[in-house]
Amino acid sequence: MLGALIIVFREVLEAGLIVGIVLAATQGVGGRGRWIAIGIGGGLAGAAIVAAFAGVISEAFQGSGQELFNAAVLAIAVVMLMWHNAWMARHGREIAAEMRNIGTAVSEGARPLTALAVVVGLAVLREGSEVVLFLYGIVASGTSMGSVFIGGLLGIACGAAFSALTYFGLLAIPQRYIFAVTTWLIALLAAGMAAQAVQFLNNGGVLTAFDNTMWDTSWLLSEGSIPGRLLHTLIGYTERPTGMQLVVYVGTLLAMYLLMRLARAPERPRAATV
Amino acid sequence: MKTLIAAAIAAALLAPALAQADDFTLTIKDHKFTPSELKVAAGKRHTITVVNNDATPEEFESHALKIEKVVVGNGKGVVRIGPLKAGKYPFVGEYHEDTAKGVIVAE
Repeated sequence: MLGALIIVFREVLEAGLIVGIVLAATQGVGGRGRWIAIGIGGGLAGAAIVAAFAGVISEAFQGSGQELFNAAVLAIAVVMLMWHNAWMARHGREIAAEMRNIGTAVSEGARPLTALAVVVGLAVLREGSEVVLFLYGIVASGTSMGSVFIGGLLGIACGAAFSALTYFGLLAIPQRYIFAVTTWLIALLAAGMAAQAVQFLNNGGVLTAFDNTMWDTSWLLSEGSIPGRLLHTLIGYTERPTGMQLVVYVGTLLAMYLLMRLARAPERPRAATV
Repeated sequence: MKTLIAAAIAAALLAPALAQADDFTLTIKDHKFTPSELKVAAGKRHTITVVNNDATPEEFESHALKIEKVVVGNGKGVVRIGPLKAGKYPFVGEYHEDTAKGVIVAE
């Protein structure tokens, strides 16, 4: 039972962290609960579908289907995170100002919420499909199924609790700084996902340029450990990054920065009408 | 012109992928890998076909090799590794980590 709990918790951790950050990043935006619930619900439905067709996906594209699928999912999430940060660069100040003045939710935030709902959905879909397959395996094998299955469910509950912990931890940050902090978190999240997508493309045999290992920090922090996994999700920590992963990581951060600069520029003359 | 350059870059990036090196097979049965130790040549690319003869799905995972791959029950999956420096690269079946484990030795 404990083994199942740990396996499932490890998988749920990443999605849980992302949900917590997204919840904190959308502080004060009206209707966010509904959007994020839609994201989680859609992600769960997607996870079940992906798990059901795991064999088909795996065999597509000469056996590289799973890698290409994961890379595509990550790439979409990266674009959505960029969109969110660009949107916040333009509207964040208004939202923060209104929150201070009125102390209530801002209704205007529906647009970035769709982007973040997609991010949440994709995170749940990717990690969730592995949980579904694992739990299915337990049910299918039929041996000592009860306790292991309960362990799995407890693992999911622990993941959800961790998500709440992330959220409330971020809320402890003074309101003046919270958008700055979540903007950074989302930028690093996106860069890490982009680097991970590069690895999947590499595993799929599609992108093998500059795939020499730059360094190895497995002696310092194993990627398989819980802190390693957390950092993997948060900032894209990898024991042995390749040259291409580094290039894409830095490139994503740079692109994010430029996009936010561009989004911010025309804000002044038009003020709050946009 | 731009498309030409883009095509050339794409071709340059994709070309190495087409040059496949040695192929290996790992078989999962009763949540164990056979062989549990696989010797491969260092500095080359290899493809490993992971055949799952169990009814339950398994996730072939190795942080050292940077691979995470679900292999469905009674199915198979292809993983690509390398080029590796000489050394030992452990892997596990994540869903049955206590029995499903092995190591790839690059030399």
